[in-house]
Amino acid sequence: MYEFDIKSPSKLGKAVRMLRKHEDAQVLGGGQTLIPTLKQRLAAPSVLVSLAKIDKLKGISSDSGTVTVGAGTCHADVAADDTISALSALAGGIGDPAVRNRGTIGGSLANNDPSACYPAAALGLGATIVTSARDIAADDYFQGLFETALDETEIITSVTFPIPDAAAYVKFDQPASRFALVGVFVSRKGSDVRVAVTGASEDGVFRWAGAEEALSANFAPEALDGLTPSGDMIGDIHGSPEYRAHLVGVMAKRAVAAC
Amino acid sequence: MAQVKMTVNGKAVSAPAEGRMLLSTYLREALGMTGTHVGCDTGQCGVCAVHVDGKLVKSCNMFAAEAEGAEVTTVEGMANEDGSLGAIQQAFQDHHGLQCGFCTPGMVMAASALLKVNSKPTEAEVRAHLSGNLCRCTGYHNIVKAIMAASGQDVAVAAE
Amino acid sequence: MADGGIGAPNKRREDIRFLTGKGNYTDDMNKRGQAYVAFARSQVAHGTLKGVDTSAAQEMPGVVRVFTGADFAEVGGIPCGWQITDKHGEVMQEPAHPVLAQGKVRHVGDAFAAVVAETAEQARDAAEAIEADIDELPAVVDMKAALADGAPKVHDDLTSNLCYDWGFVEENKGAVEEAFKNAAHVTTLDLVNNRLVANPMEPRVAIGDYDSSSGDSTLFTTSQNPHVIRLLMGAFVLGIPEHKLRVVAPDVGGGFGSKIFHYAEEAFCTFAAKAIDRPVKWTSSRSEAFITDAHGRDHVTTIQLALDKDNNFTALRTDTHANMGAYLSTFAPSVPTWLHGTLMAGNYKTPLIYVNVKAVFTNTVPVDAYRGAGRPEATYQLERVISKAALELGVDPIALRRQNFITEFPYATPVAVEYDTGDYVATMDKLEEIADLAGFEKRAAASKAKGKLRGLGVNCYIEACGIAPSNLVGQLGARAGLYESATVRVNATGGLVVMTGSHSHGQGHETAFPQVIAEMIGIDPSMVEIVHGDTANTPMGMGTYGSRSLAVGGSAMFKATEKIIAKAKKIAAHLMEAAEGDVELANGEFSVAGTDKSVAWGDVTLAAYVPHNYPLEDIEPGLEETAFYDPANFTYPSGAYACEVEVDPDTGKVTIEAFAAADDFGNIVNPMIVDGQVHGGIGQGIGQALLEGAVYDEDGQLLNGSFMDYAMPRADDLPFYTVDHSCQTPCTHNPLGVKGCGEAGAIGSPPAVVNAVVDALRRGGSDITHIDMPLTPSRVWAAMQK
Repeated sequence: MYEFDIKSPSKLGKAVRMLRKHEDAQVLGGGQTLIPTLKQRLAAPSVLVSLAKIDKLKGISSDSGTVTVGAGTCHADVAADDTISALSALAGGIGDPAVRNRGTIGGSLANNDPSACYPAAALGLGATIVTSARDIAADDYFQGLFETALDETEIITSVTFPIPDAAAYVKFDQPASRFALVGVFVSRKGSDVRVAVTGASEDGVFRWAGAEEALSANFAPEALDGLTPSGDMIGDIHGSPEYRAHLVGVMAKRAVAAC
Repeated sequence: MAQVKMTVNGKAVSAPAEGRMLLSTYLREALGMTGTHVGCDTGQCGVCAVHVDGKLVKSCNMFAAEAEGAEVTTVEGMANEDGSLGAIQQAFQDHHGLQCGFCTPGMVMAASALLKVNSKPTEAEVRAHLSGNLCRCTGYHNIVKAIMAASGQDVAVAAE
Repeated sequence: MADGGIGAPNKRREDIRFLTGKGNYTDDMNKRGQAYVAFARSQVAHGTLKGVDTSAAQEMPGVVRVFTGADFAEVGGIPCGWQITDKHGEVMQEPAHPVLAQGKVRHVGDAFAAVVAETAEQARDAAEAIEADIDELPAVVDMKAALADGAPKVHDDLTSNLCYDWGFVEENKGAVEEAFKNAAHVTTLDLVNNRLVANPMEPRVAIGDYDSSSGDSTLFTTSQNPHVIRLLMGAFVLGIPEHKLRVVAPDVGGGFGSKIFHYAEEAFCTFAAKAIDRPVKWTSSRSEAFITDAHGRDHVTTIQLALDKDNNFTALRTDTHANMGAYLSTFAPSVPTWLHGTLMAGNYKTPLIYVNVKAVFTNTVPVDAYRGAGRPEATYQLERVISKAALELGVDPIALRRQNFITEFPYATPVAVEYDTGDYVATMDKLEEIADLAGFEKRAAASKAKGKLRGLGVNCYIEACGIAPSNLVGQLGARAGLYESATVRVNATGGLVVMTGSHSHGQGHETAFPQVIAEMIGIDPSMVEIVHGDTANTPMGMGTYGSRSLAVGGSAMFKATEKIIAKAKKIAAHLMEAAEGDVELANGEFSVAGTDKSVAWGDVTLAAYVPHNYPLEDIEPGLEETAFYDPANFTYPSGAYACEVEVDPDTGKVTIEAFAAADDFGNIVNPMIVDGQVHGGIGQGIGQALLEGAVYDEDGQLLNGSFMDYAMPRADDLPFYTVDHSCQTPCTHNPLGVKGCGEAGAIGSPPAVVNAVVDALRRGGSDITHIDMPLTPSRVWAAMQK
């Protein structure tokens, strides 16, 4: 790791001011991705602004129609809250128990790893990403591999998920990292069906329009027979583009069946 | 360099730490507590696992500064007060749950975290809980057996 | 059996320190005044090293000294410990292997400079500031491409990338060809034995220390064989005689072969410590381990089996390309040859065998022994081709094996070794029982009902452990002896200390070795302490690998203890005023047959050191003996393994549903430890079969150089195993009758897994006969699409 200072403000406003003041400052959430990245010397921030001491970023609350998760809430805490069972199951399947005690939803969404699970939940439930500056609809938030709508001094504060009528997330693990080789999040709320796919695409998490259309007409696994997503799928040592495309269909069907 | 204070195995400690000092480095180098090991640099292997405020974490994936003021428990704090092996440690010895011993501290800390929240885990639950702890020696057989035995379950049939 | 003696499942005494965080691994040590080294390593696989600019690094904070290849111009290279003679009678091509690269870099990770600094982070900071002027050259990665005309040469001073072309047994070649012409059936199989990274959980560490007052150097290192390192590094690299060089391998966190070899970092730290007159420490990161620890396996093979009309095996021939990587690691040349070709008979009475191996240099990390070393490669080929033959012939694969089993011992194979004992029928019978093979079809039906394809894979294995004798292996090219040593020191009050040249890095010597002495003397094992891992206080020994510790090191200890007992009987005879020949030792007491005379063990040992009433005219005081044991032959453990898998036809994912192993290890000293060794071996074998495999791209970049992409087996990838070692045909030529158990699991399990997956897919309607390891979901799925 290169040298840097760690600052731990207790107020959000102060954290934002620190990001503005230090041009190459970076936000430290749970650090479960950032710290390995720093060890590889792939990033060289002069200052890390830790959000751990900002209490208002933590916790889960719900009302009749939504669940709001503080950006600093760790995966284990989301896994323990079963208001949206598909969301808690997803959080309970990220990484491993130790990672789930440190990693945060805000960190995951800010990083937008193309194989991460949370982006599928945000997109698959039509969440709103609330930041220090504004509210961003999930449909506008994800902008490609590791790219989001956040600007450099903007901090995610919470994520609001509409409570669906039914939802499920099914993931096929990359055997080494246990990130999603393919993960599919399916939700249904009234007549609105959303299908979000992570792990598969060269463009990061995406909504599978063809599947949404088919499921809107008939919300059953067989409605997806013969469908494969368009677009460029990732090909690497863990799976070819064809394999990933195939898995998207399989995981989507399993998710529908689990709804 | 900032002075970082925390409580480790019930004892207040304080040592200087650069911003980039990991909790694992703080324990091993600043405090000389070498029971906690380091086996990878990507957060997968879990040989560095400790408890921070009662939660299982990977000490090589957390900065020392982030543990300021925290209660940290390491493998050195897992024995009984009289120095004899704690129940989990004893089960690992009884069931040959270790060979080279390098992953063992992480395994003991992971097992302890599991049994705190799940007093009678199934085989599948134990295996799933160990997904962040690699062992290259045992093929996991006797580790799983030891953890189930530590929870008071009869593992003679399941694992033979 | 004495209490806690041979055959007792004693709990391990070493566990106490490991479970309480009190182990003493090399990285746990820090020396006063210690500096830290970080290496600047090539990021390209092949290039001309035109210059190294260290000026910026020299000015960085905390930097003590920067080293480049020029500093090692007068220092020897890293030696190779085994020289192969090829099928034309020529010795292998043996390239130089400098401590720091000179002139060229030859693999990603090849170090060309090193920074010694006050802290580890400062050393890394400065290493990154070193600028190398490297003209990148085309890399050779694929072995067959490396042998093509005009291929870029890894070593410009060699004639080609061919290290050797080995034929075995060359004299049989014509007869083998003839047998194939006359065969009723020939089965041919092309397969890859995937390249593995050993990945012991403890990364390598080295600390060099130099005492300028005495001129003594000490190396603390994560090694399986400190004496071998001392000899190789002292004599061939740094020119330090053994009496001025001490090598210490304290607690070592697993090795699996990868810590046998002498590595450049060890020589660097020892050299640099003297150069700057301060201790110098290097701790490998995992990422660094992936590109510097010797890899394992990486064979590409065509194997052919000839059968007569009654399905008897008549001949076998193989053609293998074996990857050596960019340099020859310590024992690399022996792995695809003498540790592989000699095992090609397996458990079967195939009368004619010919093995051809071409060892090839490529721009990849050196490849050397990994758990099993050559024997898993042999077993995998043989057991896979037999299973394929059974498919082609429409016969039961177990019956085909049984029909061809060797049943009479000793048995001289056509590949130069003689099996002393074994009972392959017994282990197969035992396997059928413990794996409940009779119930398989019922389980297959249950799997089918839930949409899964269940498959069964069965195979046998044989291995050769305790490689020896030294005079034979010398003829085969070994540049070392393969004996083992032990000094047994009896203290005045009766306790014993055994100083062994073996080394435990997880095998439990400290618990198992005392059981042997406890049995011999009739005392509690707690009276025996084992010392290992330090050249300063152990006799010259060859260390631990190849499942040799108990068979060779244990036998040395046995021999030394025999000498102790013989001398103690003389003392006891004197004390009891009896004839030496009448003295018996049992339960820690000497007695005279037919009388009530007796004297306790402790009284005799006390007399040895307080020799007031003592036969000083006949024997010296004291009770300490050393033995060096050089085995007459290898030992030949064997067994039969069964694996049941389920394949998810939608995803190609394979899960291990059951795994059973029936092994014959001869006599067993500690069955608990033996079970653990087998479990671990099977875990690694399943890892090879399903998950692991180092992948290089065509430019020589390792694509899975971390645990993020190199899939290590986790707890939920593996099942509980059913293991049995009740079939015991003791080794006839070592005094303990033991055979070794450390590698068996890794040798026997990969073919069982692959056989099971092929079976599952065929039961699902596929006509597939082979898939190369690792059987990842994507590979299995792709195979199912054909």
